[in-house]
Amino acid sequence: MKLRQIAHSRTGDKGNVSTISVIAFDEADYPLIAEQITAARVAAHFAGIVTGPVTRYELPQLGALNFVMKGALGGGVTRSLALDAHGKSLSSALLDLDLTAPEHPEGGKARQGKS
Amino acid sequence: MRTIRIGAGAGFAGDRIEPAVELACHGHLDYLVFECLAERTIALAQQARLADSDKGYDVLLEQRMSAVLPACRKNGTRIITNMGAANPLAAAERVRDVARRLGLAGLKVAAVTGDDVLAAISGSALSLLEGGTLADLDNRIVSANAYIGAGPIVEALAAGADVVVTGRAADPALFLGPLIHSFGWAKDDWEKLGKGVLAGHLLECAGQITGGYFADPGVKDVAGLARLGFPIGEVSENGDLIVTKLEGTGGAVTTATVKEQLLYEIEDPVRYLQPDVVADFSQVRVRAVGPDRVAVDGGNGAARTGLLKVSVGYVDGCVGEGQISYAGTGAVERGRLALEIVRERLALTGVPMTEVRFDLIGVDALHGAALSQGGAPYEVRLRVAARTGAAADAVAIGNEVEALYTNGPAGGGGVSKSVRQVVAIASALVPESLVQTQLSIFEA
Repeated sequence: MKLRQIAHSRTGDKGNVSTISVIAFDEADYPLIAEQITAARVAAHFAGIVTGPVTRYELPQLGALNFVMKGALGGGVTRSLALDAHGKSLSSALLDLDLTAPEHPEGGKARQGKS
Repeated sequence: MRTIRIGAGAGFAGDRIEPAVELACHGHLDYLVFECLAERTIALAQQARLADSDKGYDVLLEQRMSAVLPACRKNGTRIITNMGAANPLAAAERVRDVARRLGLAGLKVAAVTGDDVLAAISGSALSLLEGGTLADLDNRIVSANAYIGAGPIVEALAAGADVVVTGRAADPALFLGPLIHSFGWAKDDWEKLGKGVLAGHLLECAGQITGGYFADPGVKDVAGLARLGFPIGEVSENGDLIVTKLEGTGGAVTTATVKEQLLYEIEDPVRYLQPDVVADFSQVRVRAVGPDRVAVDGGNGAARTGLLKVSVGYVDGCVGEGQISYAGTGAVERGRLALEIVRERLALTGVPMTEVRFDLIGVDALHGAALSQGGAPYEVRLRVAARTGAAADAVAIGNEVEALYTNGPAGGGGVSKSVRQVVAIASALVPESLVQTQLSIFEA
């Protein structure tokens, strides 16, 4: 299962920092996302792009995570040579991460096997 | 409890015009805010001002104001905008001129100045957040503007301004100002100020909270994006917020659109640094309370830092770029061959570059080779971009790509090439005491 099936995401930028949210469509799926979409996993996924540390902030009452990736934008939006200087398309890459569905479905969309 | 209605009429400099007109005519608004300054916009505006001292404000200012002023005057809606960019005084005069032309006698337009701190920090060794000091940027500095807070906007509203024009102000402050003015929130009521910043943060990108920048067919469908309605915030005296939009407009306000915008461009949600307060979004909750109506509460805040962020614009060489397309079977292979040819040519001719990128749009341009997965696209577009010191060297990049027409692989078409001067932004922090704002009022 792809993360995209149970979560949505938006990328923002500040200087050379990219911020990416991951938000569960159904808050019941948040624990699964929080367990599997770790800062280390996101850093590995973007290893070819992000040069600095990746920090994860948790907002369980929203069913959301917020990733802050330093050194993600080729020196900064205003300097970058990249086609997508703002890194706005990074959210779509993050949503392609694979999730392992839990063995005993209950609760959210992922657990109900609707995906 | 008293509630005021604030609309967002633009989320960036090039935003659509009609949604703001709809809000002005039918939104029953107390305030309409236009946020039009990105990180770099003010440096580019400063360059325009250096070329012509009457310019340096947002180029769509007069068009936007002509479109909304009559309805705003009729409905008693006051306008706050940062479209003054590098020249709020000239901008305010232009708004006054528009008002006169429209027969809106007596309309008061306030200009807030003082965010320009170039003279105050010039020659100093102020530390840059990116590393190094201001002195490293030497004679390449174009502009330096502090992100000012809500204070001068509150003053302008208290002075009776119908339109408040600022230069660089923190985006949420454009919304926080009218809230402080309306409700008399104290300067150290950190919780209320935090809630006001939350409202401003949610609304400032306009359509990004009403279904814009959100649609993903089959997963997140949004109807009516060509007629997207811009948001209205209903803010009560205690800082609680309902986000909504006009009935009959396109888009959607849902808990999902609100959550995406809540986290947009936020780093640590506990510490969202603003000139007026350190806002805390970490305990915010959202709930749907009706069709296209979402309630937001739980915003908080802590004492401000006393420091203001300054954006320093500086000239950072040039970027030259060229593109060409290939199609059909073998398109990717021909694109790759073409990239290798350009790479070799740039080495052979010795174009002095400090950085260069070779991309195949449709294959690996956005996220590099590692994340691009299989599948042969029908068409690809080669893109070479390089950073050079001089514009003459940047020209060579596009020229080498263009020369692929007759010297490169078969079937290359649709060349485009460009050279641009880079105005980059560095950031620094200064004590708020360094920044003294002034108010000027013009009457139509």
